[in-house]
Amino acid sequence: MKKKFKLQDLDCANCAAKMEDAIKKIDGVNDASVSFMTQKMMIDADDAVFDKVVEEAVKCIAKVEPDCKVIL
Amino acid sequence: MHRKGRAGLQGDSVIYMRSEDSWICIGLFFGSIDLRRLSSSDKYGVARSNQASLLELCSWLNFGGSDMDKFTDKQKKELKRIIIALVMFILLMITEHLILPRCGLSGGPESAPGTPYMIAEIIVDILYIITYLIVGHDVLRKCLLGIKNKQLFDESFLMTIATIGAFGCGELEEAVAVMLFYQIGEFFQSYAVGKSRGAIMELMSIAPDYANRETEDGSTEVIDPDDIEVGDILVIKPGEKIPTDGVVLEGQGFINTAALTGESVPRPVGEGDQVISGCINGEDLLRIEALKEYDDSTVMQILDMVETAASKKSRTENFITRFARYYTPAVVIGAVLLAFIPPLVSGHFTEVFGMWLLRACTFLVISCPCALVISVPLAFFGGIGAASKNGVLVKGSNYLEMMAHLDTVVSDKTGTLTEGVFRVSSVEAAPGYDKTDVIRYAAAVETGSTHPIGAAIVAACEDPYPASDVKNNENHAGKGAEASVGSDRIAVGNAKLFADLGIDIPDLPADTEKAVGTHCYVAKNGEYIGTVTVSDLPKEEAVQAVKDMLAEGVRRIVMLTGDSEKTAAATAATLGISDYRAELLPQDKVAAVEEMLNELGGSEKRRLAFIGDGINDAPVLSRADVGLAMGSLGSDAAIEAADIVIMDDKLSRIPAVIRIARKTIGISKTNIVFALMVKFVCLVLGALGIANMWIAVFADVGVAVICILNSMRMLAVGK
Repeated sequence: MKKKFKLQDLDCANCAAKMEDAIKKIDGVNDASVSFMTQKMMIDADDAVFDKVVEEAVKCIAKVEPDCKVIL
Repeated sequence: MHRKGRAGLQGDSVIYMRSEDSWICIGLFFGSIDLRRLSSSDKYGVARSNQASLLELCSWLNFGGSDMDKFTDKQKKELKRIIIALVMFILLMITEHLILPRCGLSGGPESAPGTPYMIAEIIVDILYIITYLIVGHDVLRKCLLGIKNKQLFDESFLMTIATIGAFGCGELEEAVAVMLFYQIGEFFQSYAVGKSRGAIMELMSIAPDYANRETEDGSTEVIDPDDIEVGDILVIKPGEKIPTDGVVLEGQGFINTAALTGESVPRPVGEGDQVISGCINGEDLLRIEALKEYDDSTVMQILDMVETAASKKSRTENFITRFARYYTPAVVIGAVLLAFIPPLVSGHFTEVFGMWLLRACTFLVISCPCALVISVPLAFFGGIGAASKNGVLVKGSNYLEMMAHLDTVVSDKTGTLTEGVFRVSSVEAAPGYDKTDVIRYAAAVETGSTHPIGAAIVAACEDPYPASDVKNNENHAGKGAEASVGSDRIAVGNAKLFADLGIDIPDLPADTEKAVGTHCYVAKNGEYIGTVTVSDLPKEEAVQAVKDMLAEGVRRIVMLTGDSEKTAAATAATLGISDYRAELLPQDKVAAVEEMLNELGGSEKRRLAFIGDGINDAPVLSRADVGLAMGSLGSDAAIEAADIVIMDDKLSRIPAVIRIARKTIGISKTNIVFALMVKFVCLVLGALGIANMWIAVFADVGVAVICILNSMRMLAVGK
């Protein structure tokens, strides 16, 4: 399943790249992207673990940029 | 300035006027409205829809569009903190430097504890620390979180170390100033980035929010665009966005393609015409049949493209990222060495350590790479945004960079440099006949013809014979046709047909002979009466576009075509292109482009672009350094294969994109050189103890702000 999420207060371009790398490493993720310009995150992951992956991704984002919120 | 409502307003509307940065509502028609319809580029106009209530609109127009609305909640909070801290800081500075000494309390730092001066000093110091915490507590928090999450060496870390170091050395004023200006810079960055995002988001407003589907009983239901199925009948009311690509079943009118093409002149549509998602319906009701699901629609393709554009980084951006990766740790190590080595070497460690520690902190403040890390991608965002405002979608920063280094432009002819449609370009009549007679007879014979040349002749005839006058049609495949018009037998065809019929064709006047295109000879009762020449004419603006491209530094323009040598030579001459290759098969085009690429030797400063209409040149588009697809709205293959998509048919967009690309690269380079030079000089001065914290703050935040301002110039381009 592929889904897009909006991110709020994503303030640094470098962080977006870091987030993307971290999310791609989560188990079950086929592909992911974090766009600084559009403030959007795309996650493509297996249906069975999708919710868990999203949870993990939110944690990854909080780690890199604590102020950045994912609008679910 | 106030503009009255246009006559014949239908539905529920609001008339608004834009002044500076806010919208003012100047007239209402009862009903409802879609706020997103108002783009910031409109000066005034009429908007209408059936989404949100008018009341909401009015309050938004008259109050919401103010400056404060441009800030996010986080920015508003930040701004408040900065203002409070700035005021406190200024008051403290005045107190410490002007008021305290004048109160006769200037006992100097050596004053014994307990004197009024000392107490005042302590109070001032505590207030400094409070100010510091107000403005910088989130930086401290981020730094701690960064350490906890093993994300060391970010900006927060550098700023925290530097300011705490300054505190440690008793330089409270500097510590607060550094944090304060750092935050001001951050705020400015966030605002600037938000603004450039807004420019991109304007493009994103093409996404439809809903669709009206007609149910079997004839009523309509509002559905999510995602739920549209191929074959659904959709009703598009005046002012609504077309939710998915489709074909018009009923109704005619004008649709506004501005959001997609940058073209402000509405496009007329009628029954049987294809319409593209994201366009805004004009004044009339349209019924369309969905040809695609929302996910495959043009809008979604464009959005996907724009969203992934940022991930394709330019070489300049990659350089900065790589640079920052080594630069920050290197400076931190440098600072540590600076703090410890000189004091150890000097042999008076305890006496001089404080001074060197302060220098090390100065070093750290200067070192923040934020000026580069933010301003360079920002320039590219701005460049992509400026291009999209011009109706050009650039799929990645790397392509924009290549456009700035164009050496060779290779272009397809048909449909790119020419109209791609056959038109009658000249009519010659034999003595005793009128040109209008020639075209009337020819058109009569060709009536109903599906051949493009026949259709062009029919289209050129203003006063056709009634269909009942035309009888006994006889078609000679590949040669022409005959028919009886009234009592006369008319033949229209090429030289072969006339040879078959035994009709002599007189020598044509020199300019007709030279005229590019297909000559159709016309005979009446076995006697030659004239010639109609049909050709695919060059686009009107192509000549200017070619000139502009050459003026923008393109060294060589090559035209590729499958057409005959003669046609190619004539078209190239008209357009002012000296280099062309004719009679090429599609695979020959790839070979030609490869040959030219080899000539350029893959140099980064000499790029090759191919311009095509995307219909059968996808392989060439992907082979060239930069593939530009033209007039490809709705053509999936072209959007897929091209690196840069020109949404409308205008060739003049290409020199414009080259200009934008040049400017983007220029700004990025200026930023890199300026920032690195200032930083390097300040680092040296800081290490020598000449540059103090104040200079360090400028080298960090000042440079960042200057670079960002410079990058923001990109956003103004193309407006």
